[in-house]
Amino acid sequence: MHGLTNRAIQCFVIDTYGSERWAECARVADIGFSDFESMLIYDNDLTNQILDTASAALNRPRFELMEDLGTYLVSHPNTESLRRLLRFGGDTFIEFLHSLDELPDRARLAVSDFDLPELDLRDQTATQYSLTCRSPIAGTGHVFIGILRAMADDYGALVILEHLGASQGIETISISLVACEFSTGRRFNLGGQR
Amino acid sequence: MTVCHVDLIGPATDPCNTGAILDVLCPMHLVLNKTGHIIHVGPTLIKIRESEDWLGKRFLEVFSLKRPRSVNSAQDLEAVSGSKLHLQLRDPPTTNLKGVLVPGHIAGQLIVNLSFGISAVDAVRDYELTNTDFAPTDLTIEMLYLVEAKSAAMEASRKLNLRLQGAMIAAEEQAFTDTLTGLKNRRAFDMIIERHLVAGTAFALMQIDLDFFKTVNDSYGHAAGDQVLQTVARIMVAETRDADTVARLGGDEFVILFPKQSNQDVMRAIGQRIISSFEKPIQFQDKICKISASIGTVFKITSDTATAKQLYEQADIALYASKRAGRGCQMFYLGDGKSG
Repeated sequence: MHGLTNRAIQCFVIDTYGSERWAECARVADIGFSDFESMLIYDNDLTNQILDTASAALNRPRFELMEDLGTYLVSHPNTESLRRLLRFGGDTFIEFLHSLDELPDRARLAVSDFDLPELDLRDQTATQYSLTCRSPIAGTGHVFIGILRAMADDYGALVILEHLGASQGIETISISLVACEFSTGRRFNLGGQR
Repeated sequence: MTVCHVDLIGPATDPCNTGAILDVLCPMHLVLNKTGHIIHVGPTLIKIRESEDWLGKRFLEVFSLKRPRSVNSAQDLEAVSGSKLHLQLRDPPTTNLKGVLVPGHIAGQLIVNLSFGISAVDAVRDYELTNTDFAPTDLTIEMLYLVEAKSAAMEASRKLNLRLQGAMIAAEEQAFTDTLTGLKNRRAFDMIIERHLVAGTAFALMQIDLDFFKTVNDSYGHAAGDQVLQTVARIMVAETRDADTVARLGGDEFVILFPKQSNQDVMRAIGQRIISSFEKPIQFQDKICKISASIGTVFKITSDTATAKQLYEQADIALYASKRAGRGCQMFYLGDGKSG
């Protein structure tokens, strides 16, 4: 897994539970160092180890923790730049959903060796979608549930999300759009902060 | 303020409805009549300036044409049809724009399409533009995305570089070896001299300063200087025994510690050999570098209680006596601040 992914997990644990808890996770997981570097590549096993250790140390089921990680990535002030990059996907939540297919390509434009999970959005009806996600890290679908829920809030849309399980490394999420303009959402200035 | 507001290529006068089509395809276009006055503007331009600032104004009154410079009248405009235009809005914010103009299908009219070009990042911020202000085929949004994504990636790389640099400095500080010459560094030498002082044994401390090294560096560059330092390091290692410690204290300053050595004649001979080896010309690419050395030597005898700092100072006194004596020689510290 790319350092950006591992670093995101580290920042999530630090910003949510404190740096002492992170230090404890890194020690118990025995990854051999205390900080992930964003721009280096790590073995996939390390990512699984750190997720399992954090789950045990923080006493939260791994998939719940991963969903929280997804929410954190969009809604925490420290990850505002990531939220902005996702908002470039479109003007409405539906446009954003349709931009998910090209998210891995967008990520690679910025960081050429950054491999995001493969994403595939299918629309069954105008309000019913499914998203499949293929990743070597089990539970990645839960991260996307967190991301989608937080992004729906950001756009002011109301959605119901459900994890439909995994098969052969592919996880499926069902997305039901209840209301596109449920609330005002958060502002997105294309030009950033003045 | 009357006729100006009439959209002369609207449905009434233009059955093709060119204005409405171009509003979608090129939201930053303008239509000029044959006198060079603006008669229609696309929706994104209306967002950056009020309609009143456009309609009825002369194109060249709103924009200054930076390139091609020869354009001064409506007639000149038609002549640059099809070529790339560099424009600037005359009123602040004086945004730079790129453009191209073509004759419209109504005789005498010109259609100008504009783009922010590379000033898009500033323009989007200055005018608070959104996704919908750009045609869906326009790549400006993708460009803005890339600018932000690349900046974020660059910031992550920069932080990594800073941490690596910090780690390198820390590692160097902890190291005992001078990376350029492979000799011991000051830190290592301080520890070795301290060990000899604690043991209370006799030794000789030779301080060596290169002569004319600055000239080599200044005339032939640092690469030449580095080669000279590596060469003299090899000479000093060759001229000493394994038990002796050769160290580079920094720059062109070297020291050698000779354990259990108290014989002035032996030290004089070693110093002489080092100086004459140093004085052999050193080849760097097609250049010949000529240097020499001044040496100051002090003996630490068993009964002496001098500290490392005092010994360095005494060697220094002898060294400066050598410099004063015309360089390329060795002087000994004789006690009581005297050398000879």
